[in-house]
Amino acid sequence: MSRRVWAILGASSPIARAFAREAAATGASLVLAGRDIADMERTALDLRVRGAASVAVVPWDAGDRPTQKALVSALDVPANDVLNLFVAVGSMPAQADIEARPELIDEVVASNYAATAFTILCLLPALERRRAGSVVVLGSVAGDRGRASNFVYGSAKAAMATFLQGLRARLEPAGVKVVSVKLGFVDTGMTWGLLKGGPLVSTPESLGRRVFAFAAAGKAGEIYHSSLWFWIMAIIRNLPYAIFRRLPI
Amino acid sequence: MKWTKTTLGGWGRLPRFACEAARPERLPELNGAFDGLGEGTLIAHGAGRSYGDCALNENGRVLVMNRFDRILGFDPVSGDLEVEAGVSLRALMDVFLPRGFLVPVNPGTAFATVGGAIANDVHGKNHEKDGAFGSCLRWIDLLLPSGETVRVSGDSDRALFEATQGGVGLTGIMVAVGLRLTRVPSNALDVRETKAANLDALLAAIVAEGARARYSVAWIDALASGPELGRGILETAVESPVGLPSGPRRDKALPIDLPGFALNPLSVKAFNALWWSRVPAAGRSRKRRYDSFLFPLDAIHDWNRMYGRRGFRQFQCVVPRADGERALRQLLERVSASRAGSFLAVLKGMGAAGPGPLSFPMPGYLLALDFPERAGTLDLLADMERITRNHGGRIYLAKDSCLSADGFRAMYPRLDEFRAVVERVDPHRRLGSSLSRRLDIRGGGKP
Repeated sequence: MSRRVWAILGASSPIARAFAREAAATGASLVLAGRDIADMERTALDLRVRGAASVAVVPWDAGDRPTQKALVSALDVPANDVLNLFVAVGSMPAQADIEARPELIDEVVASNYAATAFTILCLLPALERRRAGSVVVLGSVAGDRGRASNFVYGSAKAAMATFLQGLRARLEPAGVKVVSVKLGFVDTGMTWGLLKGGPLVSTPESLGRRVFAFAAAGKAGEIYHSSLWFWIMAIIRNLPYAIFRRLPI
Repeated sequence: MKWTKTTLGGWGRLPRFACEAARPERLPELNGAFDGLGEGTLIAHGAGRSYGDCALNENGRVLVMNRFDRILGFDPVSGDLEVEAGVSLRALMDVFLPRGFLVPVNPGTAFATVGGAIANDVHGKNHEKDGAFGSCLRWIDLLLPSGETVRVSGDSDRALFEATQGGVGLTGIMVAVGLRLTRVPSNALDVRETKAANLDALLAAIVAEGARARYSVAWIDALASGPELGRGILETAVESPVGLPSGPRRDKALPIDLPGFALNPLSVKAFNALWWSRVPAAGRSRKRRYDSFLFPLDAIHDWNRMYGRRGFRQFQCVVPRADGERALRQLLERVSASRAGSFLAVLKGMGAAGPGPLSFPMPGYLLALDFPERAGTLDLLADMERITRNHGGRIYLAKDSCLSADGFRAMYPRLDEFRAVVERVDPHRRLGSSLSRRLDIRGGGKP
């Protein structure tokens, strides 16, 4: 019998945990990849009790190419297993810090774009061969238009989104679905203390639920979460520059 | 770990205090929770479902624990479960009820965390039969102010283990917990509703039905007076051998704060009349899922907004059985006379005290009412405190926001025992809350 395997990149984040729980509840096999092995081992216990067929923990670091390459052999599962990938990786240093220390751009590009893109490229043959499965990558609305307050981070997210547009077209003939998720505000450690709540702020649980249901239904494409952000970004993208420049965002 | 200044309130949204809050995500962060505390104090905070100030810390630090929500192991033979303390009872019901296992004690909301359930030693509608939350507790991994984490059980340190049950977070930060689940035959209960025309009839029904059923709770019309004083509907339930289809939840949310005038004597009276006529005179029986019977209000998220921006206060007390009827009558007469806008009150039988020195239960009757915050509410609650105290009763800290330190000392006679344990594990008084200061739980007027 063929198994459904979900590889979770950046598995220590609460968003990844919420998503992995959705997959575990359906009896999928999980491979948790990330830096904090001890934390992922604890999450693995949780996912096993919640119904995952199996859970493996492997090291994966956005700043360490060999670990990214090694994921290919960790995911060397039987040919009739359906391979799926969920990526919740990123870091957002303050724009002012990056301007003060431009070297930080390497880390921003690696964690928000290059490491994920490299890993997907390494996995391309394995994904294509199976003629099924999904690749789900979390991005940000910050990539939709460059803002003065956050354009280094935003540009890395834009690169990721463009990569995923192309990847979707590249993998569609092979039957692999690519899902690009553009996140507005989510209540995570990254935003702790910055948000007040309200309809624009999502929780990791509602995000995990929606995105897993979307992928499990075999859908592909770009989605905004919360969905209200689709409309907000439609306006922001289309504002004349002269007005956009004056917005306090 | 990022500490951020914020204003926090409990479920009653009153009082609200400026606190410094952090939400650790990983164990090493959590283990450093006491670092940099200086002269201040720290208290753990679960889901924020306590009504008053027991998980608040004015000008102090609050450690939000709900990221520690993982299940760490389960043995389907013994029912032994190991979880992180920030997991909610709702999550445990979702995972384990379909497998025929239940946390044997559940409070009125499943959004509460396991850590919060222990800190308040919560009780359910089955208290007479199954005791409070501590009865399914095997051990606690407790992070002490020394920075050390110890596994505390009845065998390793009985005094600390028992003081933590109902210890309102003052014995340490709960990291992980061992529980024991019980087997249930299905996901449903056979529920019977019986109408009682007045307090005497209701208490008689509670005693008679309570002997038969595992679960028992009565909802009473707090506006009824005279010969109808204490009229109510008693709900009793036993495990059902056959379950109900487990469809998805159809939860709703209250999206806005209702304006202060929404709850007025007229609207409340109309609601209570509707609610009373809902059950036929002869009573009725039906099958209900555990969640809908145990947590009726959880289906309306943020229902506390019904009381508006000003918030509300809950009064919850237990009075000893012997004098219970007189005590309840005095309390209900005082409420009815005040026309304070409390619409439903909960009344149930209560069983033996738990082992903790700050254990709330005692054999008798429990009464709970919500009051919107208005002029006169505090006077009403002061009167109710006095009536409770005069009859040898006790007020529940998880719901409280206005008990006096004096009243607290009189109602909790094992306080010195509690202080001795806390003094041993926290000699420098690094744990503290707005509640612990208000009630002078540590003694000497200090946190």
